[in-house]
Amino acid sequence: MIEISHLTKKFDNFTAVDDLSFKVEEGEVLGFLGPNGAGKSTTMKVITGFLSASQGSVTVDGHDIATDPMAVKSLIGYLPEGAPSYPDMTTLEFLDFIAEIRGYSDEEKRRRIEKVINDVELRSVCHKTIDTLSKGFKRRVGLAQAILHDPKVLILDEPTDGLDPNQKHHVRKLIRNLAKDKIVIISTHILEEVSAVCTRAIIIAGGRILADGTPKELEGRSAYAGAISVQLTQDFDLQAALAGDQDIRAVEQAEDNARHYILLPSANKQIFGKVSEKAQSGHWPVAEYHLVEGLLEDYFRSVTHDSALASRDAQNAASATTTQQQV
Amino acid sequence: MNKMLIIFQRELAGYFATPLAYVFIVIFLVMSGIFTFDMGAFYERGQADLMPFFGFHPWLYLFMIPAIAMGLWADERKSGTIELLMTLPVKLADVVFGKFLAAWVLCVLALSLTFPIWLTVNYLGNPDNGVIVAAYLGSALMAGGFLSIGSCMSAITRNSVVAFILTVAICFVFVACGTEIVLDTVSWAPQFIVDAIAGLSFLTHFDSISKGVLDVRDVLFFVVFIASWLFASAIVIEIKKAN
Repeated sequence: MIEISHLTKKFDNFTAVDDLSFKVEEGEVLGFLGPNGAGKSTTMKVITGFLSASQGSVTVDGHDIATDPMAVKSLIGYLPEGAPSYPDMTTLEFLDFIAEIRGYSDEEKRRRIEKVINDVELRSVCHKTIDTLSKGFKRRVGLAQAILHDPKVLILDEPTDGLDPNQKHHVRKLIRNLAKDKIVIISTHILEEVSAVCTRAIIIAGGRILADGTPKELEGRSAYAGAISVQLTQDFDLQAALAGDQDIRAVEQAEDNARHYILLPSANKQIFGKVSEKAQSGHWPVAEYHLVEGLLEDYFRSVTHDSALASRDAQNAASATTTQQQV
Repeated sequence: MNKMLIIFQRELAGYFATPLAYVFIVIFLVMSGIFTFDMGAFYERGQADLMPFFGFHPWLYLFMIPAIAMGLWADERKSGTIELLMTLPVKLADVVFGKFLAAWVLCVLALSLTFPIWLTVNYLGNPDNGVIVAAYLGSALMAGGFLSIGSCMSAITRNSVVAFILTVAICFVFVACGTEIVLDTVSWAPQFIVDAIAGLSFLTHFDSISKGVLDVRDVLFFVVFIASWLFASAIVIEIKKAN
């Protein structure tokens, strides 16, 4: 179990992580969501022991990263942002180095390297130097070093950033396969990824947790949860047809098409049956209509644009200006 | 296997995986040749010793060693591999010393490849080979001293050129404070201050070792000097971790 309590990380006047607390249990795949600069990477860097916390603590299986870093580091597999590796080593040499540092030798070392090369499909680039590899392969080499010791905790900072759709699919499949009885923390700003691989999502911005729940729950909190999408075949005044209905909060025209509308329900109302009835009785020129699942993206945008945040940003900006003046 | 040795092997292999090691060794040999035969007047002196060869080492190292040391940490920071390295289960002391040792072995290798000059002087005359061995040892220790400063300066910045310049500047201070020019300028001061300044210089300790006077204190000076700067490197890296 990872337990983060009251974690704060300050860089001079800038607070990157602000009193963050949460726990992650075995078997959870936690998606760490947030706009750029939200504090995702910083939090990961503190958990892995690359940065030390200004305040608060991080414990992994009861070991505190500040007092027992070696124990924590042996439990964690970490893919830093951008998947850094030594460019003039070959894939095999690099994995060999990581395996030795992780304390493996001889048969055990060979077995682990062999396994990870198969799992991440690196066979074809074993003897190539890392700086000649494509972005996708470099990312996979980074992933390979992170999972080589079959870690209990896997921390991946933007594991699919910059990969093509096939590679993304492959990496996600790999993460899902690894996830059993492990703790996986993934940071990303690709929201579909969270729905695809995570069992839990935390949205952070300005170094604070704004939302915490399963991806489904968070989608359910979206303004679009339970909305009906209606595609018409010809011009028709839907606004007028639905005017005065208490269950329908708003009728929005979709961005993509002039004859595509989104009907938003009032709080806690199911409107699918009603809309279906009205469409038939009112003879709407309907091409198709369906229930919209909540949009994580929409929820993400609405919480990360919170006004409280804006004021915090302003405060940080103000302190930055003060620094400049001092200079 | 000892983790320090794993780091050491990786670093040393890293030097030879790129042209860096070869360029360093070749330039080192060419430069020491020029210094010895041209500026040091090796033949013209008509003496069977290697004084002109070793005498220029502090000045040769002043530019050659910072070139090796500048990348020790700055490059790791720039490429982000420091994040990988520092999150692996390995003690900071092992990393600091492993890296230093790899760079030092490269310098010692370059130094040992100057052996033809030792053969030459033995062919031409009857030098005191004990003095020459002592001088080689002193030179290697001095190279370690330069390197340890470079390790610390490289840990300070992510820009290796800045690390190079800082290292040259600080090394220059530690070489120059033993020269007569500097010691004459401070001759107004009490004798113990002049001695202290001279005692901090590489020149003072290297000169006495290279004359064949293998005093424990001179060897100890370099050992303590290296240990202190490596310790400072580790502190700098720890401080960076907090910021």
